[in-house]
Amino acid sequence: MTNQEIIQPENLVYKKPTLLNDNPMHYCPGCSHSVVHKLIAEIIEEMNIVDKTIAICPVGCAVFACNYIDIDWIEAAHGRATAVAGASKRLWPDRLVFTYQGDGDLACIGTAETIHSMNRGDNIAIIFINNAIYGMTGGQMAPTTLMGMKTSTCPYGRQADLHGFPLKITEIAATLEGTCYVTRQSVHNVASIRRTKAAIRKAFENSLQGKGTSLVEVVSTCSAGWKMSPVAANKWMEENMFPYYNLGDLKDNSM
Amino acid sequence: MADKNDIILMKGNEAIAHAAIRCGCDGFFGYPITPQSEILETLALEKPWETTGMVVLQAESEVASINMVYGGGATGKRVMTSSSSPGVALMQEGISYMACAEIPGLIVNVQRGGPGLGTIQPSQSDYIQCTRGGGNGDYNVIVLAPASVQEMADFVDLSFTLAFRYRTPVIMLSDGVIGQMMEKVVLPPFKPRRTEEEVRKECPWATVGRKNRKNNILTSLDFDPYNMERHNQDLQRKYKEIMQKEVRFEEEQTEDADYLIVAFGSAARISQKAIELCRKEGIKMGMLRPITLWPFPTERIKELSRKVKGIISIEINAGQMIFDIQNAVEGRVSVKHYGRMGGVVPTPDEIVNALKSNLINELG
Repeated sequence: MTNQEIIQPENLVYKKPTLLNDNPMHYCPGCSHSVVHKLIAEIIEEMNIVDKTIAICPVGCAVFACNYIDIDWIEAAHGRATAVAGASKRLWPDRLVFTYQGDGDLACIGTAETIHSMNRGDNIAIIFINNAIYGMTGGQMAPTTLMGMKTSTCPYGRQADLHGFPLKITEIAATLEGTCYVTRQSVHNVASIRRTKAAIRKAFENSLQGKGTSLVEVVSTCSAGWKMSPVAANKWMEENMFPYYNLGDLKDNSM
Repeated sequence: MADKNDIILMKGNEAIAHAAIRCGCDGFFGYPITPQSEILETLALEKPWETTGMVVLQAESEVASINMVYGGGATGKRVMTSSSSPGVALMQEGISYMACAEIPGLIVNVQRGGPGLGTIQPSQSDYIQCTRGGGNGDYNVIVLAPASVQEMADFVDLSFTLAFRYRTPVIMLSDGVIGQMMEKVVLPPFKPRRTEEEVRKECPWATVGRKNRKNNILTSLDFDPYNMERHNQDLQRKYKEIMQKEVRFEEEQTEDADYLIVAFGSAARISQKAIELCRKEGIKMGMLRPITLWPFPTERIKELSRKVKGIISIEINAGQMIFDIQNAVEGRVSVKHYGRMGGVVPTPDEIVNALKSNLINELG
């Protein structure tokens, strides 16, 4: 088979989603962001709702998510994405409104906005990338940094008396009456990517149908921040992150 | 002639709420704080979501409120928040982001005395904060200063018009006097909220879902310093245009005035009485009341400074607007300040005495 024959449309088994543009991504090799971006682009394309989608990106590495997915974006101040999203959704009730936030954004500086938006049951989907570190600012301690884990602001490891404990905000979310769907997923292998895609799709449908707040946490790698190769980062995540941040649905009232 | 049902005796804060419902406002997001809580309370009681479809939401903080306004404005909706001084201080981050991302919205500041928790009584001590931007970066917001309950009502629609004309946040800088006092007010006629088609047509930049156009991105971030500088220069050009086109003020007995009061908001109301007292004593006193504090009526004050013997700035603060007056006067005549520190407001007699001792006697 020649190359020309191979690229015939009838042989196509996989392609980049049309909503993912050709801008070179700034994400590091091995970073989970790009995989989740691809899933979001695929889902919105499959649901055929570009004209009904309003997305809110955070402060952190994903501040540039707006450069990669061809949908309308609002870039929010650090931690305030759910406030921006909740209001947008109330003003445009037939839209899919989702936020895309990291752990520092959602679970530290934006804790109040996150909790109260979920508690009001704002009909939004929250995609929460938890890589246990501040990526963009260069690897500082996050609210979700594991005990003993070293970062540039806890160079001797996270210790309870000084830094407190890694925050399980997703567990808190599951206790709130306003949330309809709370799940924790990952994108470290093909099976987990498929599960995450299904979870995000469900969260998006919940937003459109006005069922309450959906929170999809994606336990993620930050190979650069963790100072590991992509493969080592994946392994480290499986061995250290998953035992503390257990994968699976924490709540699903959206049926 | 307004329908007699539209002429009502009410508080300034209540007038804002009713005006918002009537002028096609899409949403209000706010957090309780004295002396402005009646705005949210009135809206909650009126439940406009059942009539005009306006969203009314009590947020968890002023930080959340202003970011809800950020989201609403970004999606092309006419949205607003209100607060008082300590709460508006908390909003400055959001206002700065709105200025940079060019997102329209209305922020009402019913000022109280400060610093810190201060008092719950009126003050004008947020003048510098509001007229200089208030948050980080080089920016300005349009600042309207109502001096009556009628203007509290009228300036809501005006604020939205200006906010969308220039894609900028607009602040209504009121205070505890204007917010709490009751006066007769003619409420504006009802006007429908914009439809999706109208929003898409009038706000092609709004993030309402990509349809037959490139995707819209509203952000205040640019890592390329040259791009960011270009954006800042565009903003400055816009501010220059606003300074040329949107200066608003009112004059009282300036035609023959020997001395000029410059005062805004409730200080202007008190000063009206002081002018009356002065004129009875044969002192030719006049007043210029800036309605827009930014852009400031610099040119008009410059003109008047060529005709009068002296100018006094009456403010309920330690002297903030006086710097803008001095900037306009450029040393031509003496410019003095008289004020109380907020919480306490000056009486007309005090103002007359201050005029005599600080300005007239000094000039001889």
